[in-house]
Amino acid sequence: MAELARDTLREMQLRMLRIRAFDERASKMVKRGHIPGTVHTSIGQEAQVVGATMALGSGDYMSGNHRSHGHPIGKGSPLGPLMAELVGKATGVCKGKGGSLHLADFAVGSLGESGIVGSSIPIANGAALSSKVLNNGKVALAFFGDGAANQGVLYESMNMAGVWELPMIFLCENNQYALSTPAHTVTSGIISERAAGFGMPGIRVEEGQDVLAVYDAVSAAVARARAGDGPTLVEVMTYRYNEHSEGLRLGTDYRNADEREAWLKKDPIMLFRHYLASQGFSDDELDGLQATALAEVDAAVAFSDASPYPDLSVAFDDLYSDKESAA
Amino acid sequence: MTVMSYLGAIGAAQREAMDADERVIIIGEDVEANVYGTTGGGKSRSDKGDFLQRYGRNRIRNTPISEEGIVGAAAGAAMTGLRPIVDLSYSSFLYMAMDQFVNQVAKNRYMFGGQASMPVVFRSAMFYGLNTGAHHSDRPYPMFMNVPGLKIIAPATPADAKGLLRSAVDSDDPILSFEACLLWSTKEDVDENEFWIPLGVARTARVGTDVTVVAISSSVPEAVAAAEELAKEGVSVEVIDPRTLVPLDRGAILRSVAKTGRLVVAEPAHRTCGAAAEISALVAEEIFDSLKAPIIRVTAPDMQIPFSPSLEKQMYPTKATIAAAIRRVVDLPALQPVAAAV
Repeated sequence: MAELARDTLREMQLRMLRIRAFDERASKMVKRGHIPGTVHTSIGQEAQVVGATMALGSGDYMSGNHRSHGHPIGKGSPLGPLMAELVGKATGVCKGKGGSLHLADFAVGSLGESGIVGSSIPIANGAALSSKVLNNGKVALAFFGDGAANQGVLYESMNMAGVWELPMIFLCENNQYALSTPAHTVTSGIISERAAGFGMPGIRVEEGQDVLAVYDAVSAAVARARAGDGPTLVEVMTYRYNEHSEGLRLGTDYRNADEREAWLKKDPIMLFRHYLASQGFSDDELDGLQATALAEVDAAVAFSDASPYPDLSVAFDDLYSDKESAA
Repeated sequence: MTVMSYLGAIGAAQREAMDADERVIIIGEDVEANVYGTTGGGKSRSDKGDFLQRYGRNRIRNTPISEEGIVGAAAGAAMTGLRPIVDLSYSSFLYMAMDQFVNQVAKNRYMFGGQASMPVVFRSAMFYGLNTGAHHSDRPYPMFMNVPGLKIIAPATPADAKGLLRSAVDSDDPILSFEACLLWSTKEDVDENEFWIPLGVARTARVGTDVTVVAISSSVPEAVAAAEELAKEGVSVEVIDPRTLVPLDRGAILRSVAKTGRLVVAEPAHRTCGAAAEISALVAEEIFDSLKAPIIRVTAPDMQIPFSPSLEKQMYPTKATIAAAIRRVVDLPALQPVAAAV
């Protein structure tokens, strides 16, 4: 494991806390009707998200999926415009036209979250192609779940990335359920082992609740990509605590209660807090990170509350590069 | 000016675009070997492709047969600084990538609040009229007209193919170019210097005063031929080729029909929800009072394309079926019963 600066370790915990606080607040806001539609939270998967996003450089690209808030937060996107987007405000990161399923913050290399399972994988692949053609040293990472691991476009993309030696990381967030369907009941074999068929390394991070384990695995893949050695498939074993989407009211019958309890004992934020304490971080400092994250979420909600809803004219912007082409 | 075929003109436009901007790349199945004649040095399909030698494999790449992956990668590349031209060969193959076209290519600029630019051109050939059976014979542009966010061109002449493709490559929006194989060998004098034909501007293929025929793709030469035939009987037919289907040059169509008072729309696509249906509705909504006769569509029927040459050739608009429609709107007696395709 690489020796990480204290600032980096602190930032990892802060970003995980941000994701948790943001999504806990978003969950409440959906249930109170303050956020229209629904959201898919990353609660429980923070180590997987932050370990991967912090292994990327600030100029690197990523694409995401429906479990969508953690990725831009992990990549360093400010919370205010993200929260305003969930609420549908004019100041949202997508001007209120994307919503929870379509967060994107190009300023931090976030090329967009996708509501169609697997659909954004080739977008990151194309960003990797750009990097290769333009020789600009950037890498790209596609987040997708165990459900998307059975979409054909993943394998079309892995094949292309492999044969073109693209600077690409395929990051499977295996939270073990596609909505209510246990991954093992619809998935033949081990996802990470599928990499071998494309001549690329496939790594499974069993301790996916350990942010450093994820960070190390993805950092190795990033280094490989940046060196021109091609793509890597990284499968991270993790677990979502909440329902597939907030307010689904599906109950948890499809998941074993003991299973959830076991994963709660490996909570990524708790685990990393213990680690940081062992590295000399004081309780005050660690409590302070939590307070910072909560304050940032409060400020994000206040920013959203103070923001106007978009003017109707906004609905007719941005279809094309020129307004005249829209009918 | 130099004589160019439709395919040669596309090749010339691709060469110009590759020379003009290093961000332009070409990806697609079989592009390196110049199989379709648009990535080569000469004006003939049989010439050896020299794009690979000129531009290197970094900028011209054969792809695996993975349309969904190709279209998505082109979108991602366009969003991050490249300006890809994607050769998808047959237009029926676009269906393999429907999710990427509809959910990513068309939506990303809008759904991300304008953050995404999408400068990418998807070229495909409509392989109809060549007895290749139902899987290769589609004319699918109308279903893509139903997807806001895409721009669509359907050039009918070599010069339009060259000039529109240059504008398409320079556009920051995703462009689908539908190229009819029946037009591939069409030749005309084309400016060998660079020129651009703006998107959304129709071409008046023939000036007339009695009837407007709006014709699309390979129906354009059929419509012009029909117009010349009717001229012998004293009927003056104006032929408008929209060239760009999205955005559609509504003004040019409305001005022409307001002048002539009669409209026939001819296209090789299916009848229901086709471009002809949209153009007909536009005219009926906007200038109904100018019409002296009902609008007539001449399209392919809502039927799949049969293989047998004796059947297939009756499926698309021809000079004869377009002429018959023109005779109806000017109250000339029909020459003889015209089967199908009306």
